[in-house]
Amino acid sequence: MRTTYREAMRAAIRDALARDDRVFLMGEDVGRYGGCFAVSLGLLEEFGPERVRDTPLSESAFVGAGIGAALGGMRPIVEIMTVNFSLLALDQIVNNAATLLHMSGGQCNVPLVIRMTTGAGRQLAAQHSHSLEGWYAHVPGLKVVAPATLEDARGMLWTALCDPDPVVIFEHGGLYNLEGDLADDAGPTPIEGAAVRRKGIDVTLVAYGGMVGKALEAAEVVAAEGIEAEVLDLRALRPLDTVAIVESVAATHRAVVIDEGWRTGGLSAEVAALIAEDAFYDLDAPVRRVCSAEVPIPYAKHLEDAALPQVADIAAAARLSVGVGGG
Amino acid sequence: MPSLGADMDVGTVIEWRVAPGDHVHRGDIVAVVDTEKSDIEIEIFQDGVVAELLVPIGTEVAVGTPLARIEAAADATNGPPRPVEVHAPVASVLPPPPAAPRAPVAPGRVRVSPLARRRAGERGVDLGSLVGSGPGGAVVTADVERGTPGRAENAAALRPPEVLVAPTRGASTDRRAAMRHAIGQLMARSKREIPHYYLATTFDLGAASSWLADANSRRPVAERVLPAALLLKAVALAARDVQAMNGHWVDGFQPAPAVHLGVAVSLRGGGLVAPAIHDADRLTVDELMAALRDVVERARSGRLRSSEMTDAGLTVTNLGEQGADEVYGVIYPPQVALVGFGRIVERPWASGGMLGVRPTVRATLAADHRVSDGHEGSRFLAAIDRLLQNPEAL
Repeated sequence: MRTTYREAMRAAIRDALARDDRVFLMGEDVGRYGGCFAVSLGLLEEFGPERVRDTPLSESAFVGAGIGAALGGMRPIVEIMTVNFSLLALDQIVNNAATLLHMSGGQCNVPLVIRMTTGAGRQLAAQHSHSLEGWYAHVPGLKVVAPATLEDARGMLWTALCDPDPVVIFEHGGLYNLEGDLADDAGPTPIEGAAVRRKGIDVTLVAYGGMVGKALEAAEVVAAEGIEAEVLDLRALRPLDTVAIVESVAATHRAVVIDEGWRTGGLSAEVAALIAEDAFYDLDAPVRRVCSAEVPIPYAKHLEDAALPQVADIAAAARLSVGVGGG
Repeated sequence: MPSLGADMDVGTVIEWRVAPGDHVHRGDIVAVVDTEKSDIEIEIFQDGVVAELLVPIGTEVAVGTPLARIEAAADATNGPPRPVEVHAPVASVLPPPPAAPRAPVAPGRVRVSPLARRRAGERGVDLGSLVGSGPGGAVVTADVERGTPGRAENAAALRPPEVLVAPTRGASTDRRAAMRHAIGQLMARSKREIPHYYLATTFDLGAASSWLADANSRRPVAERVLPAALLLKAVALAARDVQAMNGHWVDGFQPAPAVHLGVAVSLRGGGLVAPAIHDADRLTVDELMAALRDVVERARSGRLRSSEMTDAGLTVTNLGEQGADEVYGVIYPPQVALVGFGRIVERPWASGGMLGVRPTVRATLAADHRVSDGHEGSRFLAAIDRLLQNPEAL
């Protein structure tokens, strides 16, 4: 079946609404407007205003309401327009959703799913373009995933809803128009564990979300030069799949971590650190990182392009890692 | 980096058991060092406070390189602590400086990838002899593989190159090849430098065997004593009397002040080590048996201590039940003698004009002609024999 990332995500929501009466979707413009990125287009008509609810422009209020609904036995899907706006709800997410199970002595699970877009590349300027996945991946009590494929866009939501604890799903804005074939019977996929998207022997490109596609493109570029790069899609940002990362690096002996987030204190630092901790003696080159420039993401097209990790940057890092005459 | 045997030029610290600020006492285990043969626990020879660890984990350094700085613990006068640079005493002849010149790199540390350093350690490749082709001119694994010595005996022992990309699976094979190489080097040195002479005789173990059978019949299985313990004890006591058998040759013979008896232990999967049982002459037979079990187990699990690798003044190789009838050993430098026992077999035995059947063992001595001659060697073997005839006194 030919489909897009957006349609796969919509199919996942539709499926969840149909399968479980406790599931409902709420967020800014998810109903009448069909979602800011048109993910929920048509669902209001199909399921009615009780199940697809437009909310006021207050992230703190509607995420808090989602937490309350989850505590009350519902299975809410809360959509936040972008990760930038989620900062208004950070108190609810970090201080309530992530802590209640722990602080209630295990009595109160919060089976809440929060979806939000992340990432740049569409000239939406700094306040709509940042990649703050690493901030959420820092917080115990949350699970954080970043579907990068049609299968995961279609499959991760249901698994997240089945999880008794809060799950944050990051949808890269640049992926919604990604088009490809998806099996007609595509179903749930795990919300833990990384996946090798391309086998290789010379260097591991670790990426997630919107960077997986660029890493795959970069792997094609360097393959033409004789460098066989392995592309590891992290899929889950919390918990990180340390075993998969170490296994891949132990086989290729070199790693490049690609993260659209900033380098300083970011997810790429975490991945590089765990490679240093657990795969040090398998490394044949320093771990390299390709991240966004340390600036608010610019609006101007040429500046935005320059600020983001591009295929050429990833390919250059892979070459450096393999080294002249090395390999 | 202590020399943990005459065959050791370099070692890699793979574990620190202390951190700066820790108080240490003589005999404490402070680190674990990876040698070609085994992982060895390093003991400290001095009381004090760890001031600084000079060699990071995973770094290969030459024998004689200081590993850590120990400060003497502040005394009652509150004087400033006295820094003492400590490394375990170098037990034998210092290795010659590396023959190959360093690669043309900037002064200071050679840049080597962690994997390349590990591979070089496994294969005994001198990192200084390699030219790096990796990022920033660093030595990477491919350089080590190209630089592995091409001699036939080495090449045969190494894994084929296509397997090299597999992760750690081949480590034991590498260790085995490295150990075989190390044993070859050491034994060649022994045969080259030490003028061996050999003696052989047969011991009647009738008295020892019946004493042992009687003693063991009153013990639970786990505490039973093997004939090896009696043989070791007899050798240890005899070595007290015949000093020319026990010591080191380092620019002349240096008799050992105590009897630290090396025991050749063959390792599963090939190779052998000869750790020392300290003060073997002062241990009861039971204690010696326990010490033997302990050291064999630790030798096979790769957890020997540094003093055990360097202190032996005399080594015994005992082929045991499955072995050949007799063994003429190669002396383990810098030691000066080696006693070999074959398996214990019943043989026809003439004694007092009567022919009988006795349990016997063929005992051999390989000794260093620079230190002793056949007369002393014979006296040594006779002393062992005499001791074995009075097992209750052992």
